[in-house]
Amino acid sequence: MANASKRPCGDFRISYAADTKIFDTNGSRYALWIALVALIALAPVLSNFVLTLLIMIGCYAIAALGLNIVVGFTGQISIGHAAFFGFGAFASAWINNKFGIPVFFAIPLAGVLTTAVGMLFGLPAARLKGLYLAIATLAAQFILEDFFARAEWFTGGTAGAPANPFSIFGWEASTDLRFFYVVLAYVIICFVLVTNLMRSRDGRALVAVRDHYLSAEMMGINLTKYRTLSFGLSAFFAGIGGALYAHYTQYVSVEGFTILLSIQFLGMIIIGGLGSVMGTLMGTAFMVLLPELMDGLTGMLSGTAIDAALGLKNNVAYLREIAIGAAIILFLIFEPDGLAHRWRQIKAYWKLYPFSY
Amino acid sequence: MEFGFFGQLMINGLIVGALYGVVAMCFVLIYKASQVVNFAQGEFLLIGAWVCWWFLVQFQVPFVVGFFLTLAFMAAFGVLIQVVILRPLIGEPVISVIMVTIGLSIIMQAAMKWAFGVFAQPFPQIFSSQTFNLFGLQVQTAYGLSIVVSIAIMLGFGYFFKFTRMGLAMRATAFNQQVAQSLGISIKQVFALSWAISAMVSTVAGVVIAMVNGVSSSLSAFGIKVFPAVILGGLDSIIGAILGGLIVGLLENGAQYVDATYLGWGNMISVAPFYVLIIILMLKPYGLFGTRDIERV
Repeated sequence: MANASKRPCGDFRISYAADTKIFDTNGSRYALWIALVALIALAPVLSNFVLTLLIMIGCYAIAALGLNIVVGFTGQISIGHAAFFGFGAFASAWINNKFGIPVFFAIPLAGVLTTAVGMLFGLPAARLKGLYLAIATLAAQFILEDFFARAEWFTGGTAGAPANPFSIFGWEASTDLRFFYVVLAYVIICFVLVTNLMRSRDGRALVAVRDHYLSAEMMGINLTKYRTLSFGLSAFFAGIGGALYAHYTQYVSVEGFTILLSIQFLGMIIIGGLGSVMGTLMGTAFMVLLPELMDGLTGMLSGTAIDAALGLKNNVAYLREIAIGAAIILFLIFEPDGLAHRWRQIKAYWKLYPFSY
Repeated sequence: MEFGFFGQLMINGLIVGALYGVVAMCFVLIYKASQVVNFAQGEFLLIGAWVCWWFLVQFQVPFVVGFFLTLAFMAAFGVLIQVVILRPLIGEPVISVIMVTIGLSIIMQAAMKWAFGVFAQPFPQIFSSQTFNLFGLQVQTAYGLSIVVSIAIMLGFGYFFKFTRMGLAMRATAFNQQVAQSLGISIKQVFALSWAISAMVSTVAGVVIAMVNGVSSSLSAFGIKVFPAVILGGLDSIIGAILGGLIVGLLENGAQYVDATYLGWGNMISVAPFYVLIIILMLKPYGLFGTRDIERV
């Protein structure tokens, strides 16, 4: 398991307060604030295409953050995350359409419903670990996908479910720009929540379960409780992310939540860095932008001999899938600690320049 | 819905189950030898079937020649995957290994679609008659053959692991890698060989299925169906894998019968094994024949 506490040389923490603080330096704190303000101020001048990408990064990042709680912090494996993401999407649309509860409240309610489902499928996690758990979650993926296709009262069956745009007190997030601010708010709330969770007793218990579960149990950590809890938490964030996604696209289709999306979620946290909150965001951005990059590349090659030989234009979809798979494999072989670790090393290099080792 | 339909389904179940058993066996072989859970097992079937189809249709070689060329290719391919991609990951945590094989399966699937298209291609006719009669039930010739092939493969495995030098070396490696190494067994060879055998035997199953259903990307679904089978039998038991495969095959066709006669939901055949999987994991997490992990601190 990638080690979150793998610190570069020269980064010492000599007090408890120093160990639990979020930002290493004032510089990184200000940098984050400036970046946030810049994002809010610049959003109106961004094109709709860029906004769409940012919104997708936001929705996926929240769900990937949930997955990172299970995989990165607790050391369990879940290959069914897309199913929970989809469940959140359907649940939110269902609550809103059926009971007329405003979308603003439907999103957290969908999160709670998804938590219940996640706990249900997390029950095997109390007894299983490693491979067996991976396969159990794989089963959850297929069972839930089948449920989506079958439960017409809930998902609208093969026709899919319509979802209303986000609204609160008459203010409707009808444009991409408005919805971008909504997603940004959710991303900030979720990331702050998880960052602080990891500084609390429960967060440390989860990490202890990951690092050595037998020792953790001997220290009085209730394994069953924390394993199920981590599954519930991860499903909660997946539900929130899915609900946001549903109210953005305003239509939820039963085909959208396949195992490929689950694998993409896993790819996001592996590329970003297992057990790293900010890494999740980096990995998600990487994963969302990668297909765009492939599109750009094929666009550049269009009309050349390579394009004609490989039929790139018609096969962009496969090229994207191959790129996703290749990115996961290459990161695991060459950079198993992810982008977050690389970023820390870059920072440490400049911090100690010219005396870095 | 009288006995005929049920009997037909049971025969189907037995035949498909035997094929599941063979694929599950390949899966267990890799797991036992190199502790890798291979999520790309189904893609071995897919690639094997496509390559065989390519030899037969594109180059018009006789079936036997094409088949053996395919086997040789797949053996090389299996070794290549092991050496290039999985060897650097020895000693890495479980999730890394799982994710690498998942990544491989995505790449292989997409590459196959890219190279051969998304449409199912019929396999060239190999037998003079497509079906034969067994106790009044129609059975596909290829499936009938597959039972024979499956049993032959299983017996072959039994002989290989009991009596040959390499088979014993593989068992020793599965038992304890360090001890095996100190006895002069080349772990690298064992790992590479286990992948080669697994890829080859999967290919046999892939070609047999392709003969009946045609070659298409749905072949890789077999790799997913293998999980209920191996969990049922226990992840590290070859006998368990065969039994698990048979049970899953019968079970899914039984579910199909119940579905078609009483429920009319239409897709129990593909989902029923996963419900069973969850139940088994709750009741008996190490399967029927699996080794229970006992951990000491």
